[in-house]
Amino acid sequence: MPGKLKVKIVAGRHLPVMDRASDLTDAFVEVKFGNTTFKTDVYLKSLNPQWNSEWFKFEVDDEDLQDEPLQITVLDHDTYSANDAIGKVYIDIDPLLYSEAATVISGWFPIYDTIHGIRGEINVVVKVDLFNDLNRFRQSSCGVKFFCTTSIPKCYRAVVIHGFVEELVVNEDPEYQWIDRIRTPRASNEARQRLISLMSGELQRKIGLKVLEMRGNAVVGYLQCFDLEGESGLVVRAIGTACTLDKLSSPAAFLPACNSPSKEMKESPLVHPPSHGCRSTHNSPIHTATGSRLTQNFSVSVPTLIYTGMGSGSAGKEGGPFKALLRQQTQAALEQREFPFLTLTAFPPGLLVHVGGVVSARSVKLLDRIHNPAFVGIMGNTRSYKLLDWNSFNSDEPETRDAWWAEIRQEIKSHAKALGCHAVVGYSESTSICEEVCILSASGTAAVLNPRFLQEGTVEGSLEQRIEENLPVGCGFCHIPYDELNMPFPAHLTYCYNCRKQKVPDVLFTTIDLPTDAVVVGKGCLIQARLCRLKKKAQAEANATAISNLLPFMEYEVHTQLMNKLKLKGMNALFGLRIQITVGENMLMGLASATGVYLAALPTPGGIQIAGKTPNDGSYEQHISHMQKRINDTIAKNKELYEINPPEVSEEIIGSPIPEPRQRSRLLRSQSESSDEVTELDLSHGKKDAFVLEIDDTDAMEDVHSLLTDVPPPSGFYSCNTEIMPGINNWTSEIQMFTSVRVVRLSSLNLTNQALNKNFNGLCENLLKSLYFKLRSMTPCCLCHVNFTVSLPEDELIQVTVTAVAITFDKNQALQTTKAHAEKTLQRASTDNDELLQFPLELCSDSLPAPAFPATKEHLESASSNSGTPAAQRAVTVEKASPMGDGNFRNRSAPPCASSTVGVVKMTPLSFIPGAKITKYLGIINMFFIRETTSLREEGGVSGFLHAFIAEVFAMVRAHVAALGGNAVVSYIMKQCVFMENPSKNQAQCLINVSGDAVVFVRESDLEAMSTQQSAVNCQTSCPGEVTT
Amino acid sequence: MTSELDIFVGNTTLIDEDVYRLWLDGYSVNDAVALRVRSGILEQTGATAGVLQSDTMDHYRTFHMLERLLHAPPKLLHQLIFQIPPSRQALLIERYYTFDEAFVREVLGKKLSKGTKKDLDDISAKTGITLKSCRRQFDNFKRVFKVVEEMRGSLVDNIQQHFLLSDRLARDYAAIVFFANNRFETGKKKLQYLSFGDFAFCAELMIQNWTLGAVDSQMDDMDVDLDKEFLQDLKELKVLVADKDLLDLHKSLVCAALRGKLGVFSEMETNFKNLSRGLVNVAAKLTHNKDVRDLFVDLVEKFVEPCRSDHWTLNDVRLFLNQYSASVHSLDGFRHQTLWDRYMGTLRGCLLRLYHD
Repeated sequence: MPGKLKVKIVAGRHLPVMDRASDLTDAFVEVKFGNTTFKTDVYLKSLNPQWNSEWFKFEVDDEDLQDEPLQITVLDHDTYSANDAIGKVYIDIDPLLYSEAATVISGWFPIYDTIHGIRGEINVVVKVDLFNDLNRFRQSSCGVKFFCTTSIPKCYRAVVIHGFVEELVVNEDPEYQWIDRIRTPRASNEARQRLISLMSGELQRKIGLKVLEMRGNAVVGYLQCFDLEGESGLVVRAIGTACTLDKLSSPAAFLPACNSPSKEMKESPLVHPPSHGCRSTHNSPIHTATGSRLTQNFSVSVPTLIYTGMGSGSAGKEGGPFKALLRQQTQAALEQREFPFLTLTAFPPGLLVHVGGVVSARSVKLLDRIHNPAFVGIMGNTRSYKLLDWNSFNSDEPETRDAWWAEIRQEIKSHAKALGCHAVVGYSESTSICEEVCILSASGTAAVLNPRFLQEGTVEGSLEQRIEENLPVGCGFCHIPYDELNMPFPAHLTYCYNCRKQKVPDVLFTTIDLPTDAVVVGKGCLIQARLCRLKKKAQAEANATAISNLLPFMEYEVHTQLMNKLKLKGMNALFGLRIQITVGENMLMGLASATGVYLAALPTPGGIQIAGKTPNDGSYEQHISHMQKRINDTIAKNKELYEINPPEVSEEIIGSPIPEPRQRSRLLRSQSESSDEVTELDLSHGKKDAFVLEIDDTDAMEDVHSLLTDVPPPSGFYSCNTEIMPGINNWTSEIQMFTSVRVVRLSSLNLTNQALNKNFNGLCENLLKSLYFKLRSMTPCCLCHVNFTVSLPEDELIQVTVTAVAITFDKNQALQTTKAHAEKTLQRASTDNDELLQFPLELCSDSLPAPAFPATKEHLESASSNSGTPAAQRAVTVEKASPMGDGNFRNRSAPPCASSTVGVVKMTPLSFIPGAKITKYLGIINMFFIRETTSLREEGGVSGFLHAFIAEVFAMVRAHVAALGGNAVVSYIMKQCVFMENPSKNQAQCLINVSGDAVVFVRESDLEAMSTQQSAVNCQTSCPGEVTT
Repeated sequence: MTSELDIFVGNTTLIDEDVYRLWLDGYSVNDAVALRVRSGILEQTGATAGVLQSDTMDHYRTFHMLERLLHAPPKLLHQLIFQIPPSRQALLIERYYTFDEAFVREVLGKKLSKGTKKDLDDISAKTGITLKSCRRQFDNFKRVFKVVEEMRGSLVDNIQQHFLLSDRLARDYAAIVFFANNRFETGKKKLQYLSFGDFAFCAELMIQNWTLGAVDSQMDDMDVDLDKEFLQDLKELKVLVADKDLLDLHKSLVCAALRGKLGVFSEMETNFKNLSRGLVNVAAKLTHNKDVRDLFVDLVEKFVEPCRSDHWTLNDVRLFLNQYSASVHSLDGFRHQTLWDRYMGTLRGCLLRLYHD
């Protein structure tokens, strides 16, 4: 009996009217945990009942504490008939189970009903007393901390990074054909919500156990996903990176010796603290396998592909003994691990040594029906759905899924090996399901890691020392990890433009964030490749085969598009690359997003050449040259737009064979010979050079056109899909997280691939344009972490969901600092003393804009908020109002509105909050909601329905965070937004799954006073350190 | 390719003031888009009409969802669904309750009933304000009326507390509630020259001095209903015009004091008895509801119009009224000084405000 859960129901407000006669409600509350239920008294005739209940106490195993959610149901008492449910609140009590997180959950929670949405609020207080039980960790894993953040969370320090943890749980889906069910929609929705909540709890506990086995104490980069496999069930799976984290007791202590506090606060990409800011990169080759292994006896084999964007191979030079040594060490450290994967996208300094490139694998599977008719019956009839123990009932099911993923991971691992890497970082997994076909995808970035991080025993203080390898500044990660003489693919190598000692590829693709120390020229931008492919409708095996056959071509085209768009932008590296392939009934869609940058270490990208097939036709020639001109103009314009003006480096110094455009095309053609030497089958650009677009038919023409139709964002806007925008580092404190969803219906039945592509392109471009328009009042600003998700809910429907955050920045300083950056890059080569002066300037100017007005406002508002729950008050005092749109109201007399008790909770997909410092992590937020309606028209149609639902989801997330005592959610992600409609029946249903880390942050302006003096001193002393790390 | 669904939801609810205004003004999405296009926003931002349409729809949807909360503004403050900075919440509320001068003049003093609501399309046609906007404004009046009608305490405070309006707007609503409750006639042709502000000014004075609240601050409906006892007592003032001696004495006192100071002295002298009779009779009649409703008509007919036809300046009127009220104190035979002051003090203020072209 290791835990006592205590719950108190305080009050309700804004309840709906349940009794038409009196226009009032007789409400009472049921509090349920596990199989125990308590009830409050009925509070008669009120919409704002004050129950003020006793403490309801549940004595439970901590295993249950981890698995079960606390379920609070608000009902309307009815003497003559059954009591009517008003709605429910599910509270995940996990955050109360770790010592450092929240100690109490207390606040107003929206009362949620799956049919009516939010119906009033309820004030609840929850506490847990954990007893010290020696057996405590046997079944449960209380105490293991979970973070969605894909970097070492601020205010923690990584002692050891243990590696990959994964787990999955399978169950029957209580409602796989929602619209046809006989049971009330509410009952099945609630069964489903509860089941998923239980499964997530169980999954998290199991992962926790694995972490404890590895002797870790935390999971970072925890990503949990649901696969709604329909009739074949429901899979909840999770991956993460097990770590041993050390809490940094005081904010000051948390900074490594070489980092000044002011630097830490400033959120600049170049001087990010180790905990968050490391972004790293790698190499252009995308190493892909499209295996298609179907379940049962059916199998289609597709050759493994290695995509490279490379030019031809070139001069050989020995890779240096250091590299070999490092490889050996890493190998030793990683070998005992089955999968040397990290879900992190940013790393402590020194961990990431080299990056090899993107590795990805996909596999097409046929889902199998779960053979368990007995349980279908049970689920159909009862509301209280008990989680099935699949280990005893259906033991092979999870194993099958496990085996599928194991296969894919194995493939990823071997790809990484082929690139001379022993680890994969920025690793993620995803699925796309349509009927019984499922595409499993995994991707990551092959990398060489510093083994010292990965072993136990290297403790305390070693973190800083680890950095001290003889790595060149800001370019080490670009250096190729593989052997030049035995390259896995044809690559065009040159000496690093930064250190000139090691070889670098000409283009680098990665799935991780830009490393903090990377030297970048100009700004970055969001680059997307979009692609549709029609597919015949087919059943089962035939369908899977068709998909398997299409996949390699899609990957190839996506890659080509990315490469061309990157060149069009005049950039040479992609970070945060995420390729999503979505399967629908009659088409496949590919959407790749990444952030393009110009890495100073890599060579200047060549232009794009257009070649016609029929050179004798005069007008055609003219047309070609016209296109060529447009392309060249676009490149020039982009270079100006993104401020890409790399320092000129004379060729002699580099000694690199950068050919003239004309030569190049010939050179590249000859490359086919060298590719023969490559051991793996190479279907890459082989004979056709990536830079040369051959216009041999209308398709190709369309492709070129589509390249040129991408419109740059309006002035004042930048966008990227990484944590921060390369080249912008003076964020101001205004942030706006948003979700935008669009569903379009394709008009004609006999669509061509071209028309589809055009539609899809238009959809994405319009969506972006809309975002820019909506957020125009925030300019200059940057859309960060732009995350597109495509799904094909029905035959002719395409759904695109975008979540991102807009962050304002100071334009004037941006200009200054980019200038400084450019100068810096120039100076890097010749370590000039002036450099030392650049930093203090930057630091001081950056810390200016953020403070000013939030500070005064907080004072006013915290003074005026005299009532409210403890949690709300806490939130209020820390950060009351977002600065959005203040000041537009200045000329009005102030009405008595200031007494709001609702504290502001910020949400962001990023791991940090600009202008603020995260002081505490309160636990993971992982919520799953279903909303259904049978009166779609009355709720404003599909748009009205979904708009309200998403707003409600945000509200529930905020309420939970506030109740934990937090004032923000970081690393927020909407993992799923499954929308189904049936307008003819006036019905719609939507499932949303979101997660993130609840945190407490403090405005820098509040810390400023304390640290100003100190930082002034530290600035001077620390800068040299920063430069040389 | 048609858009089935198109939404944007921010963690902080985006409020576009211009679109809010268009929404409040009752324009349809298409009209609003057209108006925005005309404002030149496309050129400024480089957006397309499609983007504008989608944006407008989004805002309209948001406003539609917020409207339920705006009906009870404290709910907007405590709700959790929309995260809106306090200053924006205030703006939303204030604008929602702001009304058009043209509209309020049509409705002021009318019973806020279904019958009046049915006439809204006529008002809409007459004023050029969209029917939707008329309905919102009417419903606002009615909602505020219903909530504060039977409440004790200061009318303005009650309105402010329950609707979180600015002081200025709360005072306007107090006037509207007061007029609606007492059904003062304001629509007559001869009253057309008066603005809402004129009436609101009078309402405030009357609330301060003529209601129950002026005597006892703990009464229900104290600021809404006129003090019946006071109205009864006003009959006593009749003696001022019924008693010929008193009337002559009053006249001579006023004339003596104003001789040489008034531009229209002779006209005043000739008209004194008529004017005085008018003012006192208005007071005496106030026991009947019907006459209470006609208060403003009577004041204009009996005082404003005669003075205006004799070209009194505002200063003349002020001097006259001051003297007219003050001189009563010197009438030895008159015993209702306090009553007179309570009546005349307010009336003087009202008349001065009502006296213009």
